Amino acid sequence: MSNLRVEHLGKSYGSANVLIDINLTVENGEFIVLVGPSGCGKSTLLRMIAGLDGVTTGDIYIGDRHVNGLAPAERKIAMVFQSYALYPHMDVRKNMTFGLKFTGVAPAERERRVNEAARMLRLEPLLGRYPRDLSGGQRQRVAIGRAIVREPDVFLFDEPLSNLDAALRVSTRVEIARLHRLLGATMVYVTHDQTEAMTLADRIVVMSEGRIEQIGKALDLYYAPANLFVAGFIGSPAMNFFPGAVEAVDGGTARIVGAGFEPLALPADGLDPGAKVTIGVRPEHLRIAGQGPFATSGAVELVERLGESSFAHVRRADDKMLVVEVRGRETPAITETVTFRAPLQDIHAFNASGQSIPIKGSSH
Amino acid sequence: MFLEQRARALAVHVVLVAYSALALGPILLVVMNSFKARNAIFGSPLSPPDSSTFSLIGYAKVFRASHIFVYFENSLIVTIVSMGLVLLFGAMAAWALSEYRFRGSTALALFLSIGIMVPIRLGSVAILNMMRTAGLNDTLTALILVYIAQGLPMAIFILSEFIQQIPMDLRDAARCDGVPETRIFFEVIAPLLRPAIATVAVFTIVPIWNDLWFPLILTSSDSTHTITLGVQQFLGQYITDWNSVLAALSMAILPVVVIYVIFSRQLIAGLTSGAVK
Repeated sequence: MSNLRVEHLGKSYGSANVLIDINLTVENGEFIVLVGPSGCGKSTLLRMIAGLDGVTTGDIYIGDRHVNGLAPAERKIAMVFQSYALYPHMDVRKNMTFGLKFTGVAPAERERRVNEAARMLRLEPLLGRYPRDLSGGQRQRVAIGRAIVREPDVFLFDEPLSNLDAALRVSTRVEIARLHRLLGATMVYVTHDQTEAMTLADRIVVMSEGRIEQIGKALDLYYAPANLFVAGFIGSPAMNFFPGAVEAVDGGTARIVGAGFEPLALPADGLDPGAKVTIGVRPEHLRIAGQGPFATSGAVELVERLGESSFAHVRRADDKMLVVEVRGRETPAITETVTFRAPLQDIHAFNASGQSIPIKGSSH
Repeated sequence: MFLEQRARALAVHVVLVAYSALALGPILLVVMNSFKARNAIFGSPLSPPDSSTFSLIGYAKVFRASHIFVYFENSLIVTIVSMGLVLLFGAMAAWALSEYRFRGSTALALFLSIGIMVPIRLGSVAILNMMRTAGLNDTLTALILVYIAQGLPMAIFILSEFIQQIPMDLRDAARCDGVPETRIFFEVIAPLLRPAIATVAVFTIVPIWNDLWFPLILTSSDSTHTITLGVQQFLGQYITDWNSVLAALSMAILPVVVIYVIFSRQLIAGLTSGAVK
């Protein structure tokens, strides 16, 4: 087990910068999830940590070893791929032991490790089978087993659940969480699925366009997103945004006006009259007949009923769509005009460059 | 509608049957006549052997009079060694060219593909000179070298296509596992290329086995003749021993047929796998 440090890491292909000044420290035994939309560079970052892609600028350390120039195997990492990448012509046991042959692990030790991993992952009955005879979930367990037997310093997962169906995804996710607790290993996990990120991670790294947008615990990202991108990316359905501007400032309170909501008194410092401000409120924080300074209204166009709650799609005064989560059996009727309110603590505000504006008196 | 379909199917089959007859007819004629007496070969060349015309005289003569076993041995050595080396070097080159980016890799790939377009026979005079200078004249080594050069371009071309279909995660996984690059090629990539290798094997073997040109210019003694060249000694300027020629030719067909049958299952997989998935 080891910690992992990435310092000022950059990657370019010709003139295209794929990663820009990435700084990240993963503590010993920590589970870090890299999350972001496709093309944000998260997989490239993982492959660079693995040693499969070269480093353009910056440094990578595993423990106190500088690993920039080391081959993947010398870095003591193990990687689990989205496509499982099992050797098709080897049975499960051979798949797991194949690499150990080359890294100087004695046959008896190989046997011990495979048996232990097989027990841990309940693969014992499958050891003699070939990958083609396994289901997707079993294949991914074998791939994880192949990583475990290497006893690496750092585990790397590249979207390991993306090829599985919904039910298997949930059970394999639980499996991975259990494994992390059991092994106490340092893990870096890439996904585009925020549910996976929120449920698995000790800390989440949100990436976009080759940069780290925010690093934090799941609930920190949810309650205190650092910028518009994180606010919009974390949470489902996505946060509603209302463009507005500062009309007047009175002491520590700014009066924000916009087409989509009623004028709002926002207790925040550093705002000048005329400055553009974006107000953000999550669908689950808006309430019909609720309390709070924030109010918006519109005509209901569509209601999606999920059982425990429903999502109402509402056309706002500024002609944009608003999504509101409505709990319980009472759902608004289509075409009905409804007013929604949110308390101060659930309001997010962002300045013209998209950065979060701290709100006084808010819990976060 | 139904009739139209039937008519179309019929037309297709007529064409296919006609083509098969055209392709197989001469071979059938050779094999058939190799079992007939000399008079019958000329008297009724198109009729199969019957009790009065059946004769093994051709085979008997071939076995008795000539170095047929030496020729066979030479053909087998040349074909198998050439095939083995074409497959080995072809697969390694295809892997290197599609996997590693190095200075001049594109130029090298282009250079190797020239061999597909330009027939190697154009260089016969130069090859002859080279072999003479190298002291390889009248040796099987000379033939093997030429055939490797002849087979490589196509082998590299076909195998490159296949290698591109192998998921690259597999190579990455092996690298993470600490498998050395040469072992990645031989133990991970090569086993997955099996259908492609069978395809290339057949495409390589057939022209080598059937080649008359290079044995003719590169070998001069009985001990280095191949079977196709050996057959020629029954064709004289003034008299041709047709019994022996036909018998020897029939025997020469056999190994290729056997090899084809062995590889054909893999061959079909190799030819179609790129098309469907």
